Amino acid sequence: MLILEKRAEPSKGWTTLSPLLAVVLTMVAGGALFAILGEDPVVAIRTIFWDPLFGEFAFYYRPQLLIKAAPLILIAVGLAIGFRAGIWNIGAEGQYIIGALTGAGVGLAFYPMESALIFPLMVLAGAAGGWAWAMIPAVLKVRFGTNEILVSLMLVYVAEQVLAKMALGLLRNPEGSGFPGSRNLQQYPSAHNAELITGTGMHWGVVAALIAVIFAYIMMTRHILGYQIRLTGEAPRAARFAGVNPARIVLLCLGISGALAGLAGMFEVTGPSGQVSIDFNVGYGFTAIIVAFLGRLHPVGILFAGLLMALTYIGGEIAQLNLSLPAAAVQMFQGMLLFFLLAVDLFSNYRVRFRRLEAA
Amino acid sequence: MSETLLSISGLSKAYPGVIANEDVSFDIRRGEVHALLGENGAGKSTLVKMIYGLVKPDAGTMRLNDKSFAPSEPRAARAAGVAMVFQHFSLFEALSVAENIALGMETPPPMRALAARIREVSQDYGLPLSPERLVGDLSAGERQRVEIIRCLLQDPRLLIMDEPTSVLTPQEVEILFATLRKLSADGVSILYISHKLEEIRALCHTATILRQGRKVATCTPKDVSAREMAEMMVGVSFNAATRSSRPTGDAALTVEGLSLKASSQFGTSLKDISFTLRQGEVLGIGGVAGNGQDELLSALSGETATDPGSISLHGQDISRLGPNGRRRLGLLSAPEERLGHAAAPNMSLVENAALTGAERQGLLSGGFLNWPAARGFTKNVISGFDVRTPGPQVAARSLSGGNLQKFVIGREMLQKPDVLVVNQPTWGVDAAAAAAIRQAILDLATNGAAVLCISQDLDELLEISDRFGALNEGRLSLILQTSELSVDEIGLMMGGAHELDAAHG
Repeated sequence: MLILEKRAEPSKGWTTLSPLLAVVLTMVAGGALFAILGEDPVVAIRTIFWDPLFGEFAFYYRPQLLIKAAPLILIAVGLAIGFRAGIWNIGAEGQYIIGALTGAGVGLAFYPMESALIFPLMVLAGAAGGWAWAMIPAVLKVRFGTNEILVSLMLVYVAEQVLAKMALGLLRNPEGSGFPGSRNLQQYPSAHNAELITGTGMHWGVVAALIAVIFAYIMMTRHILGYQIRLTGEAPRAARFAGVNPARIVLLCLGISGALAGLAGMFEVTGPSGQVSIDFNVGYGFTAIIVAFLGRLHPVGILFAGLLMALTYIGGEIAQLNLSLPAAAVQMFQGMLLFFLLAVDLFSNYRVRFRRLEAA
Repeated sequence: MSETLLSISGLSKAYPGVIANEDVSFDIRRGEVHALLGENGAGKSTLVKMIYGLVKPDAGTMRLNDKSFAPSEPRAARAAGVAMVFQHFSLFEALSVAENIALGMETPPPMRALAARIREVSQDYGLPLSPERLVGDLSAGERQRVEIIRCLLQDPRLLIMDEPTSVLTPQEVEILFATLRKLSADGVSILYISHKLEEIRALCHTATILRQGRKVATCTPKDVSAREMAEMMVGVSFNAATRSSRPTGDAALTVEGLSLKASSQFGTSLKDISFTLRQGEVLGIGGVAGNGQDELLSALSGETATDPGSISLHGQDISRLGPNGRRRLGLLSAPEERLGHAAAPNMSLVENAALTGAERQGLLSGGFLNWPAARGFTKNVISGFDVRTPGPQVAARSLSGGNLQKFVIGREMLQKPDVLVVNQPTWGVDAAAAAAIRQAILDLATNGAAVLCISQDLDELLEISDRFGALNEGRLSLILQTSELSVDEIGLMMGGAHELDAAHG
């Protein structure tokens, strides 16, 4: 009989190795999946993991890597802070949308004025929008004890409706001959989140993501707030004993993750995407949950996880184009990554033992 | 039939890194109450688990009724006539007594017949218990009766009891002892695990003493003193905590009319509690578990805010202050539950030292934690309180209960409290460590601090406290000088008898 025995302490080796092992297992299981679909698994895996970086068209895909990784990392860093405290913001997608709307809204309000102050204002507005949207589940939780998972998730669908309404109404391009969608912010220099170094995909969102990683790392390891957040997640009763105000932690964690998600939305709408459109959001807010866990809820881990996840996005697209793999297969592949990570994770806290079952 | 019921010879069991039992041999006679005595970690539990079929011995044999006995699982042990009452009950609160008992049976009889059997057995053995009552409404003592009756219905030849009195009032202990004596007279053998020496002397015919997994002695408890048994248990002669008589000073902590509604359905509300704790004294608060101890600690530590004016420290109202505000003023506390309340299980000792130490040890500057300083403080706690650990970086959960308790108590003591509130300071701690903790509490009081010690261990309270009170259903009894108390009075205080107040009034 196999039995699981709890380790006295989480194994350091397993904690570091398990993301790598999860990636390998995903490749194996994913390869099997692709084989069943009639594709050569080696080619499929190579298309997803290798071609975007070193393939024939890598010059096109490499910038995409940063463009796709930046919002994932920015959102995941915020989410991970809350997750460490046991506060589950599942609605980053909604905060991302609202941040994009408020950010773009501020920019569009100034159109066509040109000023160096407009973009910073938009950044602030984006963060504030995401923060405000996250405050709804936060305040409801603190005040009435509602479940933040449900409320934040439901607000995603509300945010999508708001987005549609804005794209068709208030923010619609007056010169767009009635087509839904706002003015293209890429054509409005003061509001455009342009590439900082041409051909690299490096934009302000990438910079913001890196800054967020560094700040989150310092806060979680050195600052009393990070300590209180971790303590709340590890042992809520001990946290109260240590003088932590649980309501404050809820507001803080949801606030930070909302603001970072809002920022991500704002950088996306002013840069790579360019305009507020009905289907502007592509699920970064949800994928970031996977990224947060894949990165062990650790800011530096999330940096790598975000890049890896961006890679599977891009590689998945290539696989869809070149091998005509169904989109669902690629999504399943990404899901497997989280599945295997959580499965392998067990071994950092438990060890497996064999024991002979004796006859009664 | 021979005189011996169960004969154990050469039983050994090793776990990775520890030898739980080594070459343990002894006999239990028919109808004998046999004590198994030892410190925490002496191997009592493992030994009993081997007899009950929960653990398979590495070596050694057992004979029951002159037949080889090697139960592979508890069911086999029960079939052979061995029953066990665990320290922690496994009962469903939402079910009745009879339903709970039926759940543990292989083939339960019809409910009506079972209820009749329960009534019969409970009357025969003087264990008043009504089969229809919901377990959720029963006291700890009554729940234990459910477990005992569950065992008795199997007509056991050997009944194992694991620290049965830890949850009982003195009066309930008397009832239990009467039952056990009657069982013994009927020829049932009882293996009685405890570390309460006076109980063993009162009840048991023979005692086997374990130390570090080995049998060190078998004796007749009535013929040796409690002190001798304690020394055999610990292996060295140790001193009972000593105190220098000291004058008590001004009021340090004053609690007046403290009432607090229970935060959960299973909590206990505090009702109109008033007392004054003076500088230099140890005030002991006894009582059976679940009578408001946790709630009193959290009201005093600042985890729960109370009505303005209900708690004051050196004359300053602190009722609305949080834990850190109170720490700053010199009121420190150590809760009962080590893992999850006093310490975070998965965090390192350094991080756990910062949990309460950040404020008074100056570990914070501008909101940033000074980890090297926290590490230094942790090392002081480890060395000052003899915490056995590979180092300050290990997770709290990897320490044994006793070591973590020393760490938790040491963490508060080293912060030089004016007032220290502790709940169950030596719970689950081996005798030597417990003695050290008690001595530290007394030393703290000698140096002028005020200590409020909440405990369920009466011997401990009688040993260290100057004055004694008891909690019962959230009410605090009258507080009396410990030196003037009799055991009967204590029992009545713990049981919430209020006529006592009048007698002493």
